[in-house]
Amino acid sequence: MAKRVVITGIGIISSIGKDLPETFASLLASRSGIGRLHHLNSTHQDEFPFAEVPFGNEKLLSMAGFTDPSNFSRNTLLGIIAAGEAFRHARLEELSKLKTGLISATTVGGMDQCERFYDDFLTNDTKNQYIDVYDCADSTEKIASHMNIRDYMTTISTACSSAANAILLGARMIRLGQLDRVVAGGTEALTSFHVNGFSALKILDKLPCRPFDANRNGITLGEGAAYLVLESEEAAGEGNREFFAELAGYGNACEAYHQTASTPDGKGALLAMERALKVGGLNPPDIDYINAHGTGTDNNDIAEGVAIERLFGDRIPYVSSTKPLTGHMTSAAGSAEAILSILCLNHGMILPNLNFKTPMPELHFKPVTELIRGINVSMVMSNSFGFGGNNTSLIFRKPTN
Amino acid sequence: MSAYIDGIGLISPQQTTDPARFLPEVMEYTADFLQVINPNYKEYINPIASRRMSKLIKMGITSARIAMADAGCQMPEAIITGTGLGSVEDTERILNGMNAGEQLMNPTPFIQSTYNTISSQIAISLQCHHYNSTYVHRSFSFESALQDALLQFEEAAATTALVGGIDEMTSNHLGIVRRTGHWKMEPVNNLRLLSYRTPGALAGEGAAYFILRGAPSTSHYGILKDVKTFYHPKELQETSLEITAFLASNNLTANQLDAVILGYNGDIHSDSVYDQLGSGLFNENQQLWYKHLCGEYFTSTGFALWLAANILRHQYIPSVVKFNNQPADSFRHILIYNQFRNINHSLILVSL
Repeated sequence: MAKRVVITGIGIISSIGKDLPETFASLLASRSGIGRLHHLNSTHQDEFPFAEVPFGNEKLLSMAGFTDPSNFSRNTLLGIIAAGEAFRHARLEELSKLKTGLISATTVGGMDQCERFYDDFLTNDTKNQYIDVYDCADSTEKIASHMNIRDYMTTISTACSSAANAILLGARMIRLGQLDRVVAGGTEALTSFHVNGFSALKILDKLPCRPFDANRNGITLGEGAAYLVLESEEAAGEGNREFFAELAGYGNACEAYHQTASTPDGKGALLAMERALKVGGLNPPDIDYINAHGTGTDNNDIAEGVAIERLFGDRIPYVSSTKPLTGHMTSAAGSAEAILSILCLNHGMILPNLNFKTPMPELHFKPVTELIRGINVSMVMSNSFGFGGNNTSLIFRKPTN
Repeated sequence: MSAYIDGIGLISPQQTTDPARFLPEVMEYTADFLQVINPNYKEYINPIASRRMSKLIKMGITSARIAMADAGCQMPEAIITGTGLGSVEDTERILNGMNAGEQLMNPTPFIQSTYNTISSQIAISLQCHHYNSTYVHRSFSFESALQDALLQFEEAAATTALVGGIDEMTSNHLGIVRRTGHWKMEPVNNLRLLSYRTPGALAGEGAAYFILRGAPSTSHYGILKDVKTFYHPKELQETSLEITAFLASNNLTANQLDAVILGYNGDIHSDSVYDQLGSGLFNENQQLWYKHLCGEYFTSTGFALWLAANILRHQYIPSVVKFNNQPADSFRHILIYNQFRNINHSLILVSL
């Protein structure tokens, strides 16, 4: 019998807050983190808006509790801050040493340092301590060391669904009894590397992103990190702690259509959502709110919107994309949006899809555009879709404790 | 939960692309790093699709196709890839362009530099909509992919899985990482790798995909019994205990192993871990090594798993991989033990 998986801790840093209380305050005020770049030096800084974490690396270093500049990438620092908050939130350090793992997601790894020192790497020995920072595992190992997690660790990279797949793997390992506790999530720092990549793909909007709007014109890139502490119900019973949510379902599917585009009929999105419902033994009417992937690209929003209509028929739940608030946090988006979804469960609210004006002619539903409060939200679906058609849906249920 | 190894596709610096042949001859190189022998990719990939594919993507799709043909598998129910570095060639194409102050105009290198491109390109080529994931954790990458497949079988979420480990090396990348002191600074002869006794590993590359099944078939090579990773043991004693506990959880002791495949890579520091275990825990065992044939890379245990599976199938150990000589007439249990800089340690157990 598979074990139930509950969430006992959450931690987040993004353009809308350095921690959970700040994030929550921004959400209540519908305050977007999108603006001008102040810390990343990019040739595209005047061309596109971004949702940057409003601190330089030195400040992040001290926020993470370090004094020695050492060889931390920005994404390691963001990860340590968010994972540390989740870890404290779940009061893991006070608990017995059950089998605990870290499953972290990233796509660019330490590319911020690599692109900064690449010329040195090619020509001299002055920045050698940053060479091995480049790969994706470096941040995971430093986060794990910081929290003294040793039983299991790995790193997942499935583009923009990476962190959702980290949560999915953590849940699977707990359900089968391989681990008792997992810190799962993702971290991603803005880099010139992927800003240039997305720019070359011509999918960055010159205006703050407008998901599900007829005039949407692409993504607004963001950054940050978000981690959840997942535990088996038995492990979570220790220490009289609060459960934030139960992970009720998850589904992973590959669209297998195109490396950077979705089918117009949303086949991959539909498969991921259907599988998540099936794993949870749930039906479409059980879902109160969909925190959509909703990137604001022409292609994603049609595919996802059509898939939602195919699955939910004429009973479409509340739908919004929170990317106009946080920007697209790419590999950290899955866990960041999981946390926003959990806040909706805990506080009886639906977050707004900012910047929406004109409905898409292809869709029959409109996203929620104003913050809704004071309602009962029992079940939320959070979608994360990535390049390569790596699509994942997660379903969170209000805890019954 | 175990899995049955039913098909293998391996592209390596050795002649390994024909599953019917087990190391027909040994390739000797004197080189800065070992490069794969490229098969004729056109035989495996539609030329129109392959036109813009970089080498790593072609290696991945081709080795996957070989594994599927070997197993007679038309459509795996999961595709799971481990890659430590993804497409180095595409990544450095972008970095070199940025370093020269160029605007990135062509998005293809960016798309291909994304780590999950290999798994997803395989899925696209097969039209496979099943579970699809990619692990990118140094020398845990391939092991994490294997563990995920074992989970799939235990959950009864899939009956077959295509699981691979794939990495490439380039001259430019080697030039950079050599600065860390962890790689050989000059060309070496691969077959005499252990005679140099200098710091630094011989770098290599390869792509190994496996068709794993949750239930036995008539033609499997062997059984993947268990996979474990452990991180940064404080001392050798801890490593020894981890290995012993892993074997015990599979009802085995070290002296019941018919062979142990060790990750010797030519780095005198890293290799001392194997030396100590070889004269300790594994003292009585037939010890094998393989990185003189494929070089060191994050997913080299894919090559080791190919070696173990073929020893089980052929009941024969090629002399080139023997590290010592213990009399043995049959092979039933083989352990692969690998570690990267004494930080990332992994164990893979295969049995007949």
